[in-house]
Amino acid sequence: MADIQLTDLVKSYGPTEVLHHVEGGIKDGEFIVIVGPSGCGKSTLLRMVAGLESVTSGEIRIGGNRVNELEPSARDIAMVFQNYALYPHMSVRQNMAYGLKIRKLPKDEINRRVEEAAEILEIKQYLDRKPRQLSGGQRQRVAMGRAIVRDPQVFLFDEPLSNLDAKLRVQMRLEIRKLQQRLGVTSIYVTHDQVEAMTLGDRLMVLNGGYVEQFGTPIELYDRPASVFVAGFIGSPAMNFLPADLNGGRATLPDGAVLAVPPRHTGAATLGLRPEHLADDPAGPIALEVDLLEQLGANTLIHGRLQGTEHALTASVPGHACDSIGSIRRFSATPALTHLFDTASGKRLAD
Amino acid sequence: MLKRVHFPTSALPYLLVAPQIAITLVFFIWPASQAMYQSFLIEDAFGLGTEFVWFENFEILWSDSHYLASFQRTAVFSLLVAGLSMGVALLLAGFAQRVVRGAMFYRTLLIWPYAVAPVLAGALWVFMFNPTLGIFPYFLEFAGITWNHYLNGTQAMALVILAAAWKQVAYNFLFYLAAMQSIPNSVIEAAAIDGAGPARRFWTIIFPLISPTTFFLLVINMVYAFFETFGIIHAVTQGGPGTSTTILVYKVFNDGFVGLDLGGSAAQSVVLMVLVIAMTVVQFRFVERKVAY
Ligand SMILES: Nc1ncnc2c1ncn2[C@@H]1O[C@H](COP(=O)(O)OP(=O)(O)OP(=O)(O)O)[C@@H](O)[C@H]1O
Ligand SMILES: [Mg+2]
Repeated sequence: MADIQLTDLVKSYGPTEVLHHVEGGIKDGEFIVIVGPSGCGKSTLLRMVAGLESVTSGEIRIGGNRVNELEPSARDIAMVFQNYALYPHMSVRQNMAYGLKIRKLPKDEINRRVEEAAEILEIKQYLDRKPRQLSGGQRQRVAMGRAIVRDPQVFLFDEPLSNLDAKLRVQMRLEIRKLQQRLGVTSIYVTHDQVEAMTLGDRLMVLNGGYVEQFGTPIELYDRPASVFVAGFIGSPAMNFLPADLNGGRATLPDGAVLAVPPRHTGAATLGLRPEHLADDPAGPIALEVDLLEQLGANTLIHGRLQGTEHALTASVPGHACDSIGSIRRFSATPALTHLFDTASGKRLAD
Repeated sequence: MLKRVHFPTSALPYLLVAPQIAITLVFFIWPASQAMYQSFLIEDAFGLGTEFVWFENFEILWSDSHYLASFQRTAVFSLLVAGLSMGVALLLAGFAQRVVRGAMFYRTLLIWPYAVAPVLAGALWVFMFNPTLGIFPYFLEFAGITWNHYLNGTQAMALVILAAAWKQVAYNFLFYLAAMQSIPNSVIEAAAIDGAGPARRFWTIIFPLISPTTFFLLVINMVYAFFETFGIIHAVTQGGPGTSTTILVYKVFNDGFVGLDLGGSAAQSVVLMVLVIAMTVVQFRFVERKVAY
C-alpha cells in the first residue's frame, strides 16, 4: 500500500519561497497529474517527493512513513526524467538491470523481469543496443522499462513526453495510462500540457506560482474551476472572461447586453464562458464581432471581440462557418454553464 | 561541400604566421635535424674529428645495460607519476563536485601548483624533504623511517615521483572537473534513485563516462613524465644517487653535456623523439574518435 500524504509542504531556495504550503493526499494506485505553467514549481514538488530536493518545512509521507530524511534510494520510488537520463555507456538491458543488480536480486530473476518489461514495452529487439542507437520514442520506453522492472511503490514522471513529436506523444500517453492501470502503482506525473493532464490523471493538481490552485478530477476542474487561473488553464480553447456587473440573476456586460446568470452576488465580477458553451442563437444577447476564423474541420473557432468593445471573445461552432471578417454573430449562454469569479481575488463565487 | 572563399592575395597572412614558423624552425626543426645528424656521428676521444658511422650509436644503445635500465626506470617513473597525479586529481575533482560553499576558493587553490615553475617546485620538495632540516623526515623519524634521498635510491625515486605528480595534479584536476560537469545531472540522479550510493555511482557511472578524459590525460601525463620532469629531477636529485633517478631525458643531458658523448646523446634524443611522436599519433587517433563507450 503506498498512499502519499503532503502536509504543509514548503520549499525555499535561500530567501525565496518557491512552493507555499502545499497540501494534498494521494490514494494508493491513483494517477495524479501536477499541471501548471513553466516555473510554477512542478518539478520542484516532484523532486521533493523523490528525495532529490530537501524539504524546507512540512512533511511527506509515503505509505504512512515520513520520508523527509530518507535518501532517494530508500524511498522505493522510480522516476522517469524529461531527458530520459539513460546510462549512455550501458546497453538497454544493463540500463534496466542496474537497479536490480544493486538490490542484489538473483541473476535469473533480473533476467526474467527485464525480459518481461521489454515484452510489455515492445523493446525486446533493442535489448543489446546502446541508448544512442535508439530513437527518442524508444529511449522513452527504455526509461519506462527501467522504472517498471524495479516494481516500486511510486512512479514519478517529469514531463516524460515533452521531447517527442505530437503523434508519438498521444500514443505514448495512452500507453502510460494503460500501463499504470495494469500495474496499479501510485503515480505522480508532471506536465505543462493541459490536454495531457486531462487525459491521464485520475486527479489533477493545478499549481500556479507555487500555490495549489485546485486539486480535483478533470471533470471537477472543467465544470467548477476554483479560480480564474484554473478556468483559463483547463479546457481548450481557453475560457472567455468578461467583466460584468451582477444584480441578482442578471449580469450586464460592457456593451450593455444583459445575460441571465446564477443569482449569487451583486456588484462587479468576472464572468467566464467556455467557447464551446456559446450557443448559436440569432436572437441571443452576446454579439461577437468576427476578427478571425480557425477552421478545425469538425468545428470552427470564431475569434473576435464583444461588439463595440476591446474584450476578446472566442466561440466554437460545429461544422464549417464562413462568416466574413467584421460581421456580427450572436450567441446565448445557459446560466448553469456560466462561471462567476471574484474580480479582486479571482476565486470562484460560492454557489 | 563548402564553397571556398577567395580573398585577394596578399602578403599579410604569411607575415602573420611568419614568427610562429620562424620559432618552430629555429627552436624545433633545426635542433631536431641537428640531433638526427649528430646521432650518425662518432667523435674521437679528443674531440678533434668526427666519423660518420650510420646506426652504430643506436646499436651501442641497445647493448648498453645502463641505457636499458634507464628505459625501464623511465617506464616505472612515468607510470607512477601519471597514476598518482591522475588518481589524486580524480579524487579531488570528485569531492570538488560535491562542495557547495567556497567552491571557487577550493578550486583556485587546487590550480596554483600548475603555475609553479618545475625547478621551483623541485626546490620546494627538496626543502621539505631535506634529511636534516626538512619537516617530513622529522615526522617520518617517528614512524621509524630514516629519510635520506641523497643516499637511498628508492627514496630519491619516491621523492621525484611525488614532486612531479604534485605539479601535474592541478592540470588533471581541471580536466576531470570539466568532464564530470559535462555529465547530465539527471543521469547521476537516476542512479541515486536506482539505489546506488556515492561510491557506487562514481565507479559505475561517472568513471566510465569520463574514460575518454582518462585516456587523454594518460597520454598527456606520460609525455609530461617523459620530458617535462627534467627541471624537477635536476633540482631534486640530479639523477642520483648513482643513476637511480636518471630517466631517459636526464640521461640525454648527462651523457651529452656532462659525459660529452654527443653522438650517443643525440641517438638517445632521437629515440625520445620517436617516442613522443608515437604518443602524439595515438593521442590524435583517439581524439578523433572521441567517444569510448
Ligand atoms: N536551484 C534553484 N535555486 C533557486 N531557484 C530555483 C532553483 N531551482 C528552481 N528554482 C526556482 O523554482 C521555481 C520552480 O522551478 P521548477 O523547476 O519546479 O519549475 P517547473 O514548474 O518544473 O517549470 P518547467 O515547466 O519549466 O519545468 C522557478 O521559479 C525556479 O526559478
Ligand atoms: Mg520542470
